Amino acid sequence: MPLVKDGKITGDEFIHVADDAEVPGGGAILLSSTRFLGDPEALSRRAGKTGVIWPNNRDLDDLVPYLDRLAVVALVFPTFRDGRAYSQARLLRERHNYRGELRATGQVLRDQFLFMLRAGFDSFEVKKPADAEAFAITVKRYSVFYQPTGDGRMTALHRRMMLRHSESASP
Amino acid sequence: MYAYDELDRTLINERVEEFRDQVKRRLSGELTEDEFKMLRLQNGVYLQLHAYMFRIAIPYGTLSSEQLRRLAHVARRYDRGYGHFTTRQNIQFNWIKLAELPDALGDLAEVGIHAMQTSGNNTRNVTSDQWAGVAPGEIEDPRIWSELIRQYTTLHPEFSFLPRKFKFAITASPHDRAAIKIHDIGLRLHRNAEGETGFEVLVGGGLGRTPFIGKTIKPFVHGRDLLSYVEAILRVYNQYGRRDNIYKARIKILVHELGIDKFAKEVEDEWQEMRDSDTALTLDDAMIEDIRSRFTYPAYEKLPHTPEELKKAAHDPLFERWRKNSVSTHKVQGYAIVTLSLKPVGGPPGDATADQMDALADLADKYSFGEIRVGHEQNLALPHVAKRDLPALWNALDKIGLATPNVNLVSDIIACPGLDYCSLANARSIPIAQELTRRFANHETADLIGRLHINISGCINACGHHHVGHIGILGVEKNGEEFYQITIGGRADENAELGALIGPAVPYGEVADVVEDIVEAYLALRARPDELFVDTVKRLGVEPFRERVYATR
Repeated sequence: MPLVKDGKITGDEFIHVADDAEVPGGGAILLSSTRFLGDPEALSRRAGKTGVIWPNNRDLDDLVPYLDRLAVVALVFPTFRDGRAYSQARLLRERHNYRGELRATGQVLRDQFLFMLRAGFDSFEVKKPADAEAFAITVKRYSVFYQPTGDGRMTALHRRMMLRHSESASP
Repeated sequence: MYAYDELDRTLINERVEEFRDQVKRRLSGELTEDEFKMLRLQNGVYLQLHAYMFRIAIPYGTLSSEQLRRLAHVARRYDRGYGHFTTRQNIQFNWIKLAELPDALGDLAEVGIHAMQTSGNNTRNVTSDQWAGVAPGEIEDPRIWSELIRQYTTLHPEFSFLPRKFKFAITASPHDRAAIKIHDIGLRLHRNAEGETGFEVLVGGGLGRTPFIGKTIKPFVHGRDLLSYVEAILRVYNQYGRRDNIYKARIKILVHELGIDKFAKEVEDEWQEMRDSDTALTLDDAMIEDIRSRFTYPAYEKLPHTPEELKKAAHDPLFERWRKNSVSTHKVQGYAIVTLSLKPVGGPPGDATADQMDALADLADKYSFGEIRVGHEQNLALPHVAKRDLPALWNALDKIGLATPNVNLVSDIIACPGLDYCSLANARSIPIAQELTRRFANHETADLIGRLHINISGCINACGHHHVGHIGILGVEKNGEEFYQITIGGRADENAELGALIGPAVPYGEVADVVEDIVEAYLALRARPDELFVDTVKRLGVEPFRERVYATR
């Protein structure tokens, strides 16, 4: 499953550690939320980078205290039709100011890339290789956005205001 | 009319190109049907019994003559020469080919029409009063706010995969023509004690297998806060709405299970968080003004209240009959709102042919400043007709079959497509409606009966809004046969109520007889000739009707 990060296909330095496997001291690892919450203080302070896979039905409040020590939060799309992780992503980015890697996992497909990007995801475990290759083109499909999210893209309402302003300022 | 600007047009065109790519990938097998299904649904494309069905949005029911001509073109070029207007200000074509859909969408995009928000588990077409902007006594044109909601919800990155579909309706009149109480969110524009404009927000209304009348979640939300408040509702719903059972996934179930007070508190908490940290959704006056400025209104003339032409035509009883039920008061003196019945005797409710659409577009240019409206009752309207033109317009409408004088009367029936088209249906709707229009074809009898809304749904999903029909007819299947449950006393307006069952379900062949018996019972039971059917039911309850209708069955 190819990983797209910052718009490019890259290798994944993170390895998934099963709940019954030993946690290595070093190296970049991804843990389940259950495993992580078993000992969050220690696990978030280990030497290697630590990431957590957070289910879409678990309250983010349990994760928030550790956010600044996490390298990755991976949110889950059990199917692409289940949109709960979009809200979680926006809350992590826009309310809790999480600045680490925000990864989309599960049924991550081409036609949702732009929604995910706008919600604050910056890395994607893409299901199909062809979709991963099409990432850069796909996220340029739209140039007009009607609603503000934390991604900084200017909304149509604000662009209109600017256009009006520049029109009235010109002679 | 709302004039799309370059930004709106760009987005629609980008949407068409995206869908073209998606159809290509489906046809090549790159996308599975499961993956493609949601994508096509989000572009208004359903797979029905015989073919793909293509549903196009007519936001808040406003169409230009140019747009109506383009719908006629799509009917002719890509379909079988007709379209079907729905109960949510959409139009459907029933025989479209998948490979041609991108071209059809492209043709529509040229005139600012699209199929976004017509299906899928996202916000659906934002509906409003079909008399918006012309109804007397309106607070202000609700389409300004409808358009703001439309833009805000279109391709929303957080809310495109909600637990289930999500419907908004907005009204700004004391009399609710938009049926806001049966929507996921209903918005009633009003002024508070300080004279500021804002919304009473209702939530959790809806029909289907578990019908609910919407409940007020907040009596007043200032206009500038509308989007952030709506976002708070949608966020709570997106996270906590049920996804384990499609029949329990609508927001009405969440509201019901939590209770309105607990749900309201969840929303309030979320809203307070957002308002503190994020002002991006706050609408400033300039933004609202910008949207307002793109709704243009005709340059009305100063005309007499009762022109000579109208006085003369009043001697013609046929004209007078039509005028009485089709012509409504306009906010500008000398003008009228004209409702066009799409319910001819023996015809399927809501259908219009391409030829009718073209002819009507011409009449709109000639008599209504090029504007047409679509109402949830599956009728059309011309919103700005000079009263002096009414006789000429009536003649012209009669020639194209759009002057059936039954608006709001017993044969002005709302019906879903039913088993003739729909893969969800258990029973036929259209033939029941057709039979009823024949039974009540006598206009004098219909006038005598007065206002009476019959709604027919071919299954429990209730697209024909049977729960809120004065007489509601629901098709069910019993041992492989079509049966119909009949309710009375429902209504969809500001006093919205769900109808009550009158008795056991009856087979297909008896539905029209039962309805006739109900109407006869009403004529016998009503206190005065001007007591409406629905008021008689309210006064007496179901029992006297049940006795009379089922005594001999």
